[in-house]
Amino acid sequence: MATVTLKPIKTPELIFEGYSITPDAFAGKTAQQIAGLTGHEGKIVTTIGDFFEVSGNAGETAADTDIIINGDCARVKYIGSKMTAGSVTVNGNADMYLGGWMKGGKIYVTGNVDSFCGIQMQGGEILIDGDAKNHVGCAYRGDWRGMKGGTIRIRGSAGNDIGTFMLGGTIIIEKNAFIHVAPHAEGGTVIIKGDVEGRVGGQMVKGDMYVLGKIKFMMPGYQKVGTVEKEVDGVTQTFDHYIGDLGERHPKSKGQIVYANLYLKAAA
Amino acid sequence: MPKLIKGVGCPYCGSSCDDIEVLVSDDETKILEVHNACIIGNNLFHHANDPTRPKLPRMRQPDGSMKEIPYAEAVDWMAKTMLNAKKPLIYGFGSTNCEGMSAVARIAEKAGAVLDNCATICHGPSFLAIFDNGYPSCTLGEAKNRADVVVFWGCNPMHAHPRHTSRYSIFPRGYFTQKGQMQRTVLCVDPRETDTAKLADHHLMLDQGHDYELFDAFRTVLKGFEIPETVAGIPREKIKEAVEIMKKAKFCMIFFGMGCTHSDGRNHNVDAAISYTRDLNEHTKCSIMAMRGHYNIAGPGQVWSWQFGFPYCIDLSKGSHAHMNPGETSSVDLAMRDEVDCFVNVGTDAGAHFPIQAVQHLKKHPFITVDPNFCMASEIADLHIPVRIAGVDEPGVVYRMDNVPIQFRAVIKGLPGVPSDEELFDMVYERMCELTNTQPIWLAAKEDRKYPQNPAVS
Amino acid sequence: MASRELIIKGGFVVDPARKIDGDVGDVAIKDGKIVEKVSSSAKVIDAKGKVVMAGGVDVHSHVAGPKVNAGRLMRPEDKFRAGIVRGNMAQKNGYRMESGFSIPTVFKTGYEYARMGYSFVMEAAMPPLLAPHVHEEIHDTPIIDEAALPVFGNNWFVMDYLKKGEVENTAAYIAWLLRATKGFGIKIVNPGGTAAWGWGLNCIALDDPVPYFETTPRQIITGLMKANEYLGLPHSIHIHQNDLGNPGNYQLTIDSLKLAEQVKPKNKFGREQVMHSTHIQFHSYKGTGWADFESGAKEVMDYVNRNKAITVDLGCVTFDETTTMTADGPFEHHLRGLNHLKWANVDVELETAAGVVPYIYDPNVKVCDIQWAIGLELALFAQDMSRTFVTTDHPNAGPFTRYPRVIKWLMSKKAREATLDSFRHKDKVIDATHIHGIDRELTLFEIAQMTRSGPAKCLGLGAYYGGLAPGMLGDVMVLDLNYKDMPKDPEKIEAAFQRAACFVKSGEIVVRDGEVVSNGHKKTVWVNAKVPENAQVKRDIAQSFTKDYTVDLINYVVRDYLAPHPMVIDVEVEA
Repeated sequence: MATVTLKPIKTPELIFEGYSITPDAFAGKTAQQIAGLTGHEGKIVTTIGDFFEVSGNAGETAADTDIIINGDCARVKYIGSKMTAGSVTVNGNADMYLGGWMKGGKIYVTGNVDSFCGIQMQGGEILIDGDAKNHVGCAYRGDWRGMKGGTIRIRGSAGNDIGTFMLGGTIIIEKNAFIHVAPHAEGGTVIIKGDVEGRVGGQMVKGDMYVLGKIKFMMPGYQKVGTVEKEVDGVTQTFDHYIGDLGERHPKSKGQIVYANLYLKAAA
Repeated sequence: MPKLIKGVGCPYCGSSCDDIEVLVSDDETKILEVHNACIIGNNLFHHANDPTRPKLPRMRQPDGSMKEIPYAEAVDWMAKTMLNAKKPLIYGFGSTNCEGMSAVARIAEKAGAVLDNCATICHGPSFLAIFDNGYPSCTLGEAKNRADVVVFWGCNPMHAHPRHTSRYSIFPRGYFTQKGQMQRTVLCVDPRETDTAKLADHHLMLDQGHDYELFDAFRTVLKGFEIPETVAGIPREKIKEAVEIMKKAKFCMIFFGMGCTHSDGRNHNVDAAISYTRDLNEHTKCSIMAMRGHYNIAGPGQVWSWQFGFPYCIDLSKGSHAHMNPGETSSVDLAMRDEVDCFVNVGTDAGAHFPIQAVQHLKKHPFITVDPNFCMASEIADLHIPVRIAGVDEPGVVYRMDNVPIQFRAVIKGLPGVPSDEELFDMVYERMCELTNTQPIWLAAKEDRKYPQNPAVS
Repeated sequence: MASRELIIKGGFVVDPARKIDGDVGDVAIKDGKIVEKVSSSAKVIDAKGKVVMAGGVDVHSHVAGPKVNAGRLMRPEDKFRAGIVRGNMAQKNGYRMESGFSIPTVFKTGYEYARMGYSFVMEAAMPPLLAPHVHEEIHDTPIIDEAALPVFGNNWFVMDYLKKGEVENTAAYIAWLLRATKGFGIKIVNPGGTAAWGWGLNCIALDDPVPYFETTPRQIITGLMKANEYLGLPHSIHIHQNDLGNPGNYQLTIDSLKLAEQVKPKNKFGREQVMHSTHIQFHSYKGTGWADFESGAKEVMDYVNRNKAITVDLGCVTFDETTTMTADGPFEHHLRGLNHLKWANVDVELETAAGVVPYIYDPNVKVCDIQWAIGLELALFAQDMSRTFVTTDHPNAGPFTRYPRVIKWLMSKKAREATLDSFRHKDKVIDATHIHGIDRELTLFEIAQMTRSGPAKCLGLGAYYGGLAPGMLGDVMVLDLNYKDMPKDPEKIEAAFQRAACFVKSGEIVVRDGEVVSNGHKKTVWVNAKVPENAQVKRDIAQSFTKDYTVDLINYVVRDYLAPHPMVIDVEVEA
């Protein structure tokens, strides 16, 4: 295992598109070579070295490479995007597309992240200590193939469009969420431990949602079918089980229509 | 002898009425009378007569005043500013022709700019919904000739599109709708009792911000399931009645507006509307249409889709390929996040329409306004370049709200020395090519023409 | 237009129009046209050891217009699949930016066709009301010459005249509309069915009544065929038959083709057919459902082989994630019900409709594999390659950028077997098709017939395109293939057709070593059929614009500046 440490030395005037800040791009490179990897600031081609002091050489492969960023990256996009292995730790905030299109490895951010965190993720783990803005684990515009695998855990709250067009994997929001949870989803699991304003599971075809707090406005297309005990994130609790979205199309499996499931924590 | 010009297109709303008659002076410099247009359209034509219309570019001086400068100087300044910026943003195009939109695309590509249009603060959410769910739509003539049930959802054409109901949607007598309004059932879904709602046979006065739930209820009822007693403040029976009316229609037409695109959920409201439209096609024929605002705001969505593959929010900064992701590459987001360092406002008024914080961010950098008239964006700009008015003293193609191209004509001669958007952008592009020592790329459209013969004027 | 002289020296010339098959020779070009000889100062392109052909002619492709753009607009994710993108700033290198995969932007469309050595492309369906849009896209498409076929098969005027048997009025209307839209010929899509779609219905048999119009698909097809020959247009009617894409449709296809027996070709352009049946792959299906779905290629082609008055193009499936789009509105609605993806629909008042749905031809799905086999079988069963053309019905069965792959499959049994071997359901596919048992491998001469001389003749443009005879347009492709020593590796065939070693368009070198080096000079081709004034038709048109249309007649007619560099084919019609 080799660790590459990046220390921010300059805030970009606009935004730094740091699409090379991944274990895959770093693998097999020296600190000096890493500093020379490109990124964009607007139409200007810049390098990682323009904005970070780089120390430590990378491992031979992505899996052997850990990246630690000591400082704020609130204006650095695409950190860890498309990575397949290894790890990235951001001691601070991170901008858009953190872990976007990620296939494997781990990302840990101690601060907040902006929108499109884990967009179209296929595998790996993302852990955020703070809040996330909108579009956590969503699909790219127009694509019906959203998040397919992996886990995203937001210890804080998240905005709207969580797991849009999700097909697999798990998203956990430990505090509250705003609106549109798993719209159009056809698989996967979303767990919201706090409250949600509404629109949970709209146009959803298949998949599971757990809400441990309250939903202010229920979707009219969901109907309660019973009460069940379920283990969620290590804790077993009692839930009201709803199926839906009854307005949406649903596939059949072994002669049975498959609906999306909403498990809403039962009143104590 | 004054001349009466018939079949003129109107440069106001997305209805793009092209049955206007304009009486112009013998020397084709003054508009005397305008017939058939609504009051707003009428006024727009008469604006062209305004003797105070700017005829020269104006540059902000160190003391804050504006000073008239020659076009060549303005072109040079704009070219250099665009080339020097790391990421310019070019925004607007609600009120100009497609020729101008096509010309500006060359500049944007050359400058590595972001290209955006008024949809970004208007029907952009409709685009997002179309990306995710498609768009079962039709031309307005289909509504006129066939629709026996018409739904206005979150829109108020009686005010925003004054002649829409008389030309296309409620009153006209079409091929299969010979009895006009008598043959049509009109539904209006709106939290307010608008003038359109007053005209409707059924008004579903829903709770503001709950369109998504109501669409879901409609879909759930259509699938034969039970719904809660009230949804979005509408009683179950009323919802069932409305669904039954639409299901039994021979041709159901749904028009939606900013009530859907600019309440919570935005694109999802439209997305659900599209799903509902599709569902209705299992029972009857149903189409849906966005009530686009300006007479050619559908234009940039078309022109830039065929040039770059995206209708709006197009980030060309990489030079090699276009990138689009509204929420990131949308004008207001870029401004609020300080992601751009030069702003060009064309044929609209960002000064009046953007959130004040966004304007404040943009004002930190060079701010250029291209517009025939004085407006807020021209008055806060570092450089204001006047151009001709597309549809009045400049011809060109515009796309109506249903994406039907209409070839607008000029009815009067342009102000001497004032270029069209297209001519201005071509000059800026040529200057940018000179400055970077490269060859301009015109392609066929420009090779042997600048201006077509104009049957209306010549 | 380049005034310089060019000579392409020492290549193996393959020019079916002059029955030349691999003879070593020179091709001389002057002022944009092919000439007998040029002066010694002519620029020399060395083609020694390489194959020289005329520029390609695409008879059917959806490249410009409202439904193509609806596809581009609604599929941002298609841009992620764009494949080759030039690095660096496109403009710095002298080109416009390229974008999109299955529905490329106009710039990419022009450049990609040029890289493949194509000089002419027919936009396959132009809604007349939206014709200005089609022309705006055409004039923004670099290099290639283009024309567009307005759709007539569901047009209210046409149905109204034909139900009364009024061929002359139909012809007068067609002549007016071709002029008004700067169109090229008569396209028919799901005759009657698309009109029925206005009410959510369809016509799936030749004698199904069209709701409210008291006519039938049979009447529409026959009537338009007669009107076409009455006018003597360069191209024949160009038809997408009813019941596209459904198991068991091959019988309806053959019945529709038989309608061609009733009419004789009449024109001054060397065209011999009276019906062009397009993307026939989608119309050659046997079986009663998807479970017993099988190839009807043999039955359909047996009939086509017997009737010289018919030409066809293939519509080959290429196993891509693509975007289907057609004026067959009800079909797209039906398709959406099968794959549940997003669906756009554009019904156009009084004239036509269109639908758009993304589609993935997955090699692991048996039906897709059978469709693939049918497309190739049709070509391999064909006896007259100058009546059978390579298309993918771009982008319906695959993007046009896959033509080289289709050519590879047609020229190499080895390549076909390799693809067949990759199928999960190989045995079932072999059972349902003929492809495994066909050993035929097409020659370069036959490929040139299918992509050059044949389609040019079918369009009535044989005097300009698709050949290398003096007087024809100076469009020449040099391929990196040795005629005498064809590669054992079929991939090399695909590569050679994908990227021209050199492509000369209108006498100017536009591609070198597979890359575009010039933005070229394109033309818009349209047909001006001059018929005597017909007072009734004129009155009908005026009345319809007053009552039914929502645009003014004066703004409907495409203005000249939208079609710069026109190449107008005049047709004199005797009264």
